[in-house]
Amino acid sequence: MATTSKGLFGSSLARKYWMAISGLFLCTFLVGHLLGNLQLFVSGEEGKLAFNEYGHFMTTFPVVKVLSWITYGAIFLHTVDGIMLALQNRAARPEGYVKEKQSANASWASRKMALLGTLTLFFIVVHMKSFWYEMHFGELGVDANGNKDLWSLTVKAFEQWWYAAFYVIAITGLAFHLSHGAQSAFQTLGINHPKYTPIIKMTMTAFAWLIPAGFVAVAVFLYVVQPGQNL
Amino acid sequence: MDLTLKIWRQNGPQEKGEMKTYPISGVEEDMSFLEMLDYLNDKLINDGIEPVVFDHDCREGICGMCSLFINGEAHGPGRKVTTCQLHMREFKSGDTIYIEPFRAKAFPIVKDLMVDRSAFDRIQRAGGFISVNTSGNTIDANAIPVPKENADKAFDAATCIGCGACVATCKNSSAMLFASAKISQFSLLPQGQPEAKERVLSMVNQMDLEGFGNCTNTGACEVECPKGISLENIARMNRDYLFASLSSNK
Repeated sequence: MATTSKGLFGSSLARKYWMAISGLFLCTFLVGHLLGNLQLFVSGEEGKLAFNEYGHFMTTFPVVKVLSWITYGAIFLHTVDGIMLALQNRAARPEGYVKEKQSANASWASRKMALLGTLTLFFIVVHMKSFWYEMHFGELGVDANGNKDLWSLTVKAFEQWWYAAFYVIAITGLAFHLSHGAQSAFQTLGINHPKYTPIIKMTMTAFAWLIPAGFVAVAVFLYVVQPGQNL
Repeated sequence: MDLTLKIWRQNGPQEKGEMKTYPISGVEEDMSFLEMLDYLNDKLINDGIEPVVFDHDCREGICGMCSLFINGEAHGPGRKVTTCQLHMREFKSGDTIYIEPFRAKAFPIVKDLMVDRSAFDRIQRAGGFISVNTSGNTIDANAIPVPKENADKAFDAATCIGCGACVATCKNSSAMLFASAKISQFSLLPQGQPEAKERVLSMVNQMDLEGFGNCTNTGACEVECPKGISLENIARMNRDYLFASLSSNK
């Protein structure tokens, strides 16, 4: 048997492995991010100081710095690999069907991963401009402890209805993206077993809806309570 | 039954095709879908119109020759049936039925509804076999113990008739279900082990060369497959390829 193979770089399966690995890593990032956000439920001076302390820690602690660079890398890989896959997939059917009933055999989210991914990427760019860029390169005031006042920047952003609405829509898109991607990553990596697959699917589906629900809850809380008005 | 058929007509691989409308009456519900097309072609020939070209052979769901994308689904609305096993009783008088060829870059149209699926043959040739001496001293298959569960799964994978419905229905025109079934039927059995790594690497490589798309795990192929080939096969191919890539010298 004459064998030629592109191995773990370049083949159709390898591209999907990298999608799955980077995607699953970004899922773990979401958990960490949400845990940080939950602190925003604590309002008042106490909440503000604690959140800013946390912001200082997240931008200066070396281990977190390394993790953040891996996260940027994972987003980059997931994006570039995703675009390459989408282009190949498009090229694989130059002329489409006149009548196609895709809803008969596949879920909506699974068919719209590229669209939902693009929406998420757009959101990430806006989101990083709002907070990451301001924290690193903007001119933020300092709180009583001398930490950059990320808390005020955050709560003020979510007091604007349109910013909160955009956030909720984007996170909902992310939830649909995760509803297919988070469990599908296991299939891509070859993990499919009658005993474990139902558990994986249940766990990852719960993950896909509960994590975004957490993000949305924080955003809605900030919009409704408007904690920035009291300080 | 009176029907309106909208059929893709294309004179040759390089020609431009289009949907043409053919009203037809006198269709009986006991006709198979292919018999209905035979009936249409008889009428077209009588009217001096060139008949519609479509693939078919055994007409009992085992050869994999019939194809057709009917009303937006590979092999039509039925489940676990090929186009030849689809009957007109699945439709109502007055229906409009869209009939298109399987669409993929790797399945170029020969004429009308007939496509060239020899890309599948080339994937098969890349490794879908075991190298054994068949010159009269073949060992009895039962001489090698095989766990019942593996034998059943290998048999299920081997029931793939290579019709290409998986490719036709996949939004990416991916051939993963076909390739994984053809890989699995060997990788599950002891006889397939000596060449297992080379097989998965070679067949995946050939699949990529043919220009099929990638797998998004939508699961559409499994739903439309006339033989009910399982997505478990794709997962098996994914892990076999991963381990083969990591451990093979190739």
